[in-house]
Amino acid sequence: MTTPDLLYSEVEEDLRASVRALLADRCPPAAVLARAEGPAPYDGKLWHALARELGAAGLQVPEEHGGAGATLRETAVVLEELGRAAAPTPFLGSAVLATTALLACAGGAELLAELAAGERTAALAVPLAAAPGTGFPWAGLPQTVRADGAGALTGRVAAVADAAAADVLLVPAAGPDGPGLYAVEADAAGLAVAPRTSLDLTRPLADLALHGVPARRLAGPAEAPAAVERALLTGAGLLASEQLGIAEWCLATTTAYLKERRQFGRPVGSFQAVKHRLADLWLEAAGARAAARGAADALARGAEDAPLAVAVAQAYCGDAAVRAAEECVQLHGGIGMTWEHPAHLYLKRAKADQIALGTPGRHRAALAVLADLPAPTG
Amino acid sequence: MTTTAKGTAPAGGTGPAVTAEDVRRRVRALLDAHGTADRTAFLRARFDAGLAWVHFPEGLGGLGAPRGLQAVADAELAAAGAPDNNPRANGIGLGMAAPTLLRFGTPEQQARFLRPLWTGEETWCQLFSEPGAGSDLAALGTRAVLDGDTWTVDGQKVWTSGAHTARWAILVARTDPDAPKHRGITYFVCDMTDPGVEVRPLRQITGEAEFNEVFLTGVRIPDAHRIGEAGDGWRVAQTTLNNERVAIGGQRTPREGGMIGTVAATWRDRPELRTHDLHQRLLHGWVEAEVARLTGERLRQQLAVGQPGPEGAAMKLAFARLAQHLSGLEVELLGEEGLGYGDWTMVRPDHVDFLGRDAGYRYLRAKGNSIEGGTSEILRNIIAERVLGLPAEPRTDKDVPWKELPR
Ligand SMILES: Cc1cc2nc3c(=O)[nH]c(=O)nc-3n(C[C@H](O)[C@H](O)[C@H](O)COP(=O)(O)OP(=O)(O)OC[C@H]3O[C@@H](n4cnc5c(N)ncnc54)[C@H](O)[C@@H]3O)c2cc1C
Repeated sequence: MTTPDLLYSEVEEDLRASVRALLADRCPPAAVLARAEGPAPYDGKLWHALARELGAAGLQVPEEHGGAGATLRETAVVLEELGRAAAPTPFLGSAVLATTALLACAGGAELLAELAAGERTAALAVPLAAAPGTGFPWAGLPQTVRADGAGALTGRVAAVADAAAADVLLVPAAGPDGPGLYAVEADAAGLAVAPRTSLDLTRPLADLALHGVPARRLAGPAEAPAAVERALLTGAGLLASEQLGIAEWCLATTTAYLKERRQFGRPVGSFQAVKHRLADLWLEAAGARAAARGAADALARGAEDAPLAVAVAQAYCGDAAVRAAEECVQLHGGIGMTWEHPAHLYLKRAKADQIALGTPGRHRAALAVLADLPAPTG
Repeated sequence: MTTTAKGTAPAGGTGPAVTAEDVRRRVRALLDAHGTADRTAFLRARFDAGLAWVHFPEGLGGLGAPRGLQAVADAELAAAGAPDNNPRANGIGLGMAAPTLLRFGTPEQQARFLRPLWTGEETWCQLFSEPGAGSDLAALGTRAVLDGDTWTVDGQKVWTSGAHTARWAILVARTDPDAPKHRGITYFVCDMTDPGVEVRPLRQITGEAEFNEVFLTGVRIPDAHRIGEAGDGWRVAQTTLNNERVAIGGQRTPREGGMIGTVAATWRDRPELRTHDLHQRLLHGWVEAEVARLTGERLRQQLAVGQPGPEGAAMKLAFARLAQHLSGLEVELLGEEGLGYGDWTMVRPDHVDFLGRDAGYRYLRAKGNSIEGGTSEILRNIIAERVLGLPAEPRTDKDVPWKELPR
């Protein structure tokens, strides 16, 4: 077992600083809130700046495919910052899930280059709640899409993240000769993308209905299942970094508020009952950072124990982010309950993220196998 | 070698940086020059070769090398079957006294104490806590009075682990009752063979007596055994306490090292004991243990050099919670067997092993983990105030002369 590198390199810190500066400028909480109920869930200009000017969309893509030739570690740093800002961008859906799936298919080079350059965005047509290891096409889930002999797709996929903003959908479907991964243009005939009212105001979901939609097959039975699994595993592992960013914002914001807010003639943050809760949150955030870095590093190295590192990170960080966001609301008192204060953006993102790509309980169940801690029989 | 002592600047610091290959070469030279049959002689030679704690300065058991290289030396020596210094029998010496001596001791004190401390020829204990001063250590009342070049010490200490085997003690005593409590304390090395030192066992909930009460009556300490300036003992003690927390909770462990490994092994070996409820709790605990391990690893990567800061408090806090949770889980898992207990016979052990003996012992011993080396409540205060910068509780005891404080 190699010891993971759990720190941030200088390059990673520089990248963080650029992303943070961009988000502070373009994506302050008031702007996020204003957009949340508007017609356009994503800020196109912000995405343009992030994906194209900073090159964030192509971080994990090799240079020969038009990317930056960095690794998933850098990609994770971007997600941390996006979590810290509760930023409404299709980064997870396009730059992580769809891009990872494409990287594992020989057939998607052209689209990959477009995504890496931030010229187009894509979404992987799987339910956001799908966990790695779910099987293909998602065993146990009602939604399946079938491809006919001509490659036209019919079926439904519910609750897909970042689909409404996508130019292209990558649809896993059962074809005549087995599973495949298909590319569908967003404006293709027979495709209906119906936005849902989602709990997370900053990551909209949509239901897809396909009726004989023309599609291009990117991968067949030999590649497609592994490509989708790789995308789900990577997505789950890197989501831990987003969850870390959420927890950190909540802790920092709450700590700063309680240093200022006075009741009973002293700062509320000087009361021990409150201090101890913040100390526990700090400890959890430190754990979340180590676990999230561990997962990102294992994925970046292609480590053999990457599935275990991902399961550990997801089993831990999902709950840590929710707890931090819940404490943030509680320890702000009445103001924490208002629509105006951004705390709820983080609470909603944290709660949705806890379900996204597998609940903590599902990841613990995966560990029963990965860490050889078998369940009782009978 | 599991000391967590941290070096200050390497001695001299002029030579080229020591590499892993240098360390391996020195290990081979040590093994070529000295047989390992005479354990003490070998350990002394290892110390003199700078392979005791490689990050200490040359001449004091080290090479002024990066800390990380200690693992190289330890692995090579273990592979060669060389004896170690039985670190568990001298945790206080290695984990707390040594880093404090290194930082605040005079060259004479370092030369006198560090070598036999490291080889285990002289073990150490910690005379800090008193009946009236536990969490509030700075309230301590043991008096030390200087006459000529000798201090005379009178008072009572309590919960002193290993006082019955220790040759030396690190001691904090009140030397200026007129100063506010943090400012009138001085730090000493106390000779445990002094006729004025009386050690009485205190039996613990495990049945054994690992700790003691220690009565100090007219104990004589030469001024040459004062560590740091008179009145500056609180600052010196902070180094000891920060290192203590790392020593208790901050050891590098492999995956499933520590209490989780014991519970997981029982789980795998005994399928008939498994229940669904315990399975869920075990998986929770396994994740927590792995995350705590990674957090510690990350902290060590960050602190490649320098003294442990308040973050050590966090590691100890997590360690205690996990050890208690997991050891309790194991007793429950064992079911009917968990109703038994190995042995309640009162003994005075010469070393402590949190993972030793049976599940019942481990469960009971782990209760001490959230008390010894600073309680979990105090550690949360430290994180809140020193890491998060939250304001302190209003206090009435900080600026008044110690002698005027209510007791
Ligand atoms: C196994 C074991 C080994 C030990 N070995 C040694 C040793 O070798 N040398 C040595 O010097 N000492 C040793 N100790 C002593 C240990 O350091 C003290 O017990 C500890 O610091 C607590 O002090 P106390 O026992 O006086 O409890 P108290 O300080 O009286 O605390 C009682 C309770 O009140 C809580 N409390 C106290 N103050 C606060 C506060 N401000 N805010 C919130 N809660 C508070 C505590 O957390 C605790 O729960 C050992 C203890 C144990 C259990």
